[in-house]
Amino acid sequence: MFMWIIKRDLLLAVRRQSDVLTTLFFFIIVVSLFPLSVGPEMNMLRTMAPGVVWVAALLASMLSLGRMFSNDYLDGTLEQMLLSPQSLSLLVLGKAFAHWLVTGVPLVLMAPVLGIQYDLPVEALLVLTSALLLGTPVLSLIGAIGAALTLGLRGGGVLVSLLVLPLYIPVLIFGSGAVEANMSGVEFSAHLSLIGAFLLVTAVFAPWAAAWSLRVSLE
Amino acid sequence: MAINWFKYSSPASFYSLAGKMIPLFVFAAAILLVAGLYVGFFVAPTDFQQGEAYRIIFIHVPAAWMSMFLYVVMAFWAGIGLAFNTRLSSMFASAIAPTGAMFTFIALWTGALWGKPMWGTWWVWDARLTSELILFFLYIGFMSLQAAIDDPRRSDKAGAIIALVGVVNVPIIYFSVQWWNTLHQGASVSVNQAPAMASTMLTGMLIMVFASWMYAIAVILKRVRVIILERESHTAWVAELHKKGAV
Repeated sequence: MFMWIIKRDLLLAVRRQSDVLTTLFFFIIVVSLFPLSVGPEMNMLRTMAPGVVWVAALLASMLSLGRMFSNDYLDGTLEQMLLSPQSLSLLVLGKAFAHWLVTGVPLVLMAPVLGIQYDLPVEALLVLTSALLLGTPVLSLIGAIGAALTLGLRGGGVLVSLLVLPLYIPVLIFGSGAVEANMSGVEFSAHLSLIGAFLLVTAVFAPWAAAWSLRVSLE
Repeated sequence: MAINWFKYSSPASFYSLAGKMIPLFVFAAAILLVAGLYVGFFVAPTDFQQGEAYRIIFIHVPAAWMSMFLYVVMAFWAGIGLAFNTRLSSMFASAIAPTGAMFTFIALWTGALWGKPMWGTWWVWDARLTSELILFFLYIGFMSLQAAIDDPRRSDKAGAIIALVGVVNVPIIYFSVQWWNTLHQGASVSVNQAPAMASTMLTGMLIMVFASWMYAIAVILKRVRVIILERESHTAWVAELHKKGAV
């Protein structure tokens, strides 16, 4: 069931590649806007880089949340999934994982390139990439709750940002904190461990909460 | 004699009970407010470090406490409503949110007013301020989610889920921002050590805390009554009230 839903969502994403690319280019454009708006001073850009990349990743991941359930909701597939005897939490976990593969992984792969634009040292690039690798699945998992709650509501897109962004803050703080710690020569593994802890906790609880939310939304 | 604890979980009987309780709480809030402000502004001595400006704590600290406390209460009632499907609990949660958001806003606002003379700045990105701001966002998220859903049952349940997720997140957010940056002074009052302030100041502050408490209860009860009327407008007992001209 878990593998099946991932395979199905990936197939859907491959059939409609523009969705994936839009998110990725959104990420690239947002990150590129900052040097243009604050000026190309390299020292400043280097200190800003982790925060800018993380905020852009947060926004990109959030903007694509609408797609997680809404297409299945509109064509009635989601209702069939809810009626099936399979565990709904597992299904949500699969959907969140597929969402991460489609939106999170491209961001992680793109981040080192954008980091170079900001003149980050190689080691900091590695830390940034691994922090994103651990942190972006958390974004997809928390986002699943928001996406499930706002399913089919008017103005759902703006609403989901109000619900989800405050909950993203801890990931943002430790994600960019890891890179900053590395650049100022401090041990950064504690930050990564904490993001890993968030990942484990959300992987257990977020699918469950999102499954509840889906039941509420489709009642 | 067995007491029927569930009698007042019915909106109809709670409506009249709340109507009788509101004047009591309003009265208590008014008395305590006057007493607290009197102690705060006329009895409590001037602080030797902070001068007169410290007196803002008589508003600031109660508001900050209430903002956090009300969020937990709101999440508690929302959770009870979700688990046991009791309508009144969910109504309570919806009624608490605006008051909680107001106290959060007051705490932020008075904090800014205090920060200007003390720290020389309206705002710093410090742990407490940031987590209070995020708490404000959580209230806003809860209220806008409920406002976006027309079906009251769905809006109650969806609000409950987001409130509970938020309450799990509050400590995480608090500690994450604390480790990230901090300037706000530590708590001035704590249970296990003598308070670091003059006893009259403490008295004034505690009276103000009780005043805010009474005020919050009065306003929340009033709001619950309005929500009950709105949701139960199709029932016979509301029609009865209408006929009597009571609403």
